[in-house]
Amino acid sequence: MLKIADLHVYYGSIRALNGISFQVNEGELVALIGSNGAGKSTTLKTISGLLRPRQGIVLYEDADITRTAPDRIVALGISHCPEGRRIFGGLTVRENLRLGAVQRRQGADMAADMDWVLSLFPILKERLSQSGGTLSGGEQQMLAIGRALMSRPKLLLLDEPSLGLAPLVVEHIFQIIRQLKQQGKTILLVEQNVHQALDAADRVYVIETGQITLTGTPDELKHNPQVEQSYLGR
Amino acid sequence: MTLVYYAIQQTVNALSIGSLYALMAVGLAMVFSILRLINFAHGDLMMVAAYLAAFALFANLPLGLAVVLIIIGTVIVGLLMERIAYRPIRGAPDVATLLTSLAVGQILQNGMLLTTRFLGQPIQIAFPTPDVLNGVVAFGSITVPRLNVVSLVIGLIALVSLSFFVTRTVPGLSMRAAAEDLTAAQLMGININRVIALAFAIGSGLAAIAGLLFAVQAGQINPYMGFTPVLKAFIAAVIGGFGSIAGAVVGGFVLGALEVILTALPGIGDILPPGMVSPSTQALLQQWLPSSLTGYRDAFVFAALILMLLFRPNGILGQPNREEMR
Repeated sequence: MLKIADLHVYYGSIRALNGISFQVNEGELVALIGSNGAGKSTTLKTISGLLRPRQGIVLYEDADITRTAPDRIVALGISHCPEGRRIFGGLTVRENLRLGAVQRRQGADMAADMDWVLSLFPILKERLSQSGGTLSGGEQQMLAIGRALMSRPKLLLLDEPSLGLAPLVVEHIFQIIRQLKQQGKTILLVEQNVHQALDAADRVYVIETGQITLTGTPDELKHNPQVEQSYLGR
Repeated sequence: MTLVYYAIQQTVNALSIGSLYALMAVGLAMVFSILRLINFAHGDLMMVAAYLAAFALFANLPLGLAVVLIIIGTVIVGLLMERIAYRPIRGAPDVATLLTSLAVGQILQNGMLLTTRFLGQPIQIAFPTPDVLNGVVAFGSITVPRLNVVSLVIGLIALVSLSFFVTRTVPGLSMRAAAEDLTAAQLMGININRVIALAFAIGSGLAAIAGLLFAVQAGQINPYMGFTPVLKAFIAAVIGGFGSIAGAVVGGFVLGALEVILTALPGIGDILPPGMVSPSTQALLQQWLPSSLTGYRDAFVFAALILMLLFRPNGILGQPNREEMR
């Protein structure tokens, strides 16, 4: 479904990605793990069109989207839930969700999707008229994911959904992520919480200083000495 | 009773000036909220609108048609400005965008200067005020200049429509989202080029209305007429809370009121009817609020701005910015 080949991305003269390649198949939950500054978020931003690579190609459903504008990429069915949640704090929860579906027409379909998102995150139902900035961190993350789902994505990019959240909340968020996968969503997950990522994913790529250094199933990686040492703290 | 009439007239005056400032300030605020660009060329859009109006009226076009053409013309100029000057430098440092806006203003002023010269017109031309905007409106025994009433009504209609647009429509919602977080707005699938162009278009349309009303009020127009209004609009936006559309409206009316008070109070001792206050109070008023103070109005306005920035730097409706809260 998604195929990345030899991606080189720079911020000015600083190299962030040094030729990474990987792919995500339909229905899979693929995790991209690695430490801070390894290039995980950069990868997602390049896929969603926020960054232009200097070299390399992003293929989505066999079409080259390397230089496609972000709003066109959303229209093609990719939704990016960014790091740090970035909900619109001055807008209400309802408005935030509406913006997730900004390219769609108001109608029965959208109302049904809104109901579905609210059934995934019932707490948001009580907060619909509150401004997003008044929500707790966990609620904001739920809103961010819910908002990303409102565009009816085929491929969901999740950037650090566990960031800064209490363990219980992280557990809840990951339950939802598994549920989304069961419902057939294809998900590319970027995480520093390696335990959770390995538990949820079908396949994992390890990224270090802008390169993929390891890949395999969670079981394979769990027993890889390098992963054990660097990421699982054993 | 004279004093009551005076107060009512001045209130209408304040509201009509305030709505002009609000119309201008809103355009500045909208663009600033999305792009962090202080578009000083916004005043020159007003000037362009005034000239378009003069040309249209010289050509004896009916007023309604003229107004539509003026608005369309000014919106086109505003859109070209965004496309040619601001889009290529999007994301550049603030100083660069600020200097660009000053340069765009110079280009528009000089362009208009050349145009008038080419047409064989003097630099300053008398504005052909349409008859409907002349004269006074009588409410019982109180008379108010018709222009003030028209400015107020048109200003309010424009501002109410804008508020409907911003709060109740999807493009308006997209604009607020873009103002909060441009990157997140892109991830929603919002075409930010379109949203930014829309902000310029709406700002230009409002500037066109303000320009027409301002030209009627001033009675004459010249290529540099946009400078003072854009400064005033900037002050209004800062007073209200820069970057907030509601703040710009509030700031516009506050500034209008402030100016009218500062204009109306000096010399009040001279117009008070006999017996209203004791002769000694009247003498004090004449001594301390002489009509000669009127000339210092702008100095007082700027002093108010400085005080505002000292004690409430984020304006009346502004919230402390995020950097400060960290």
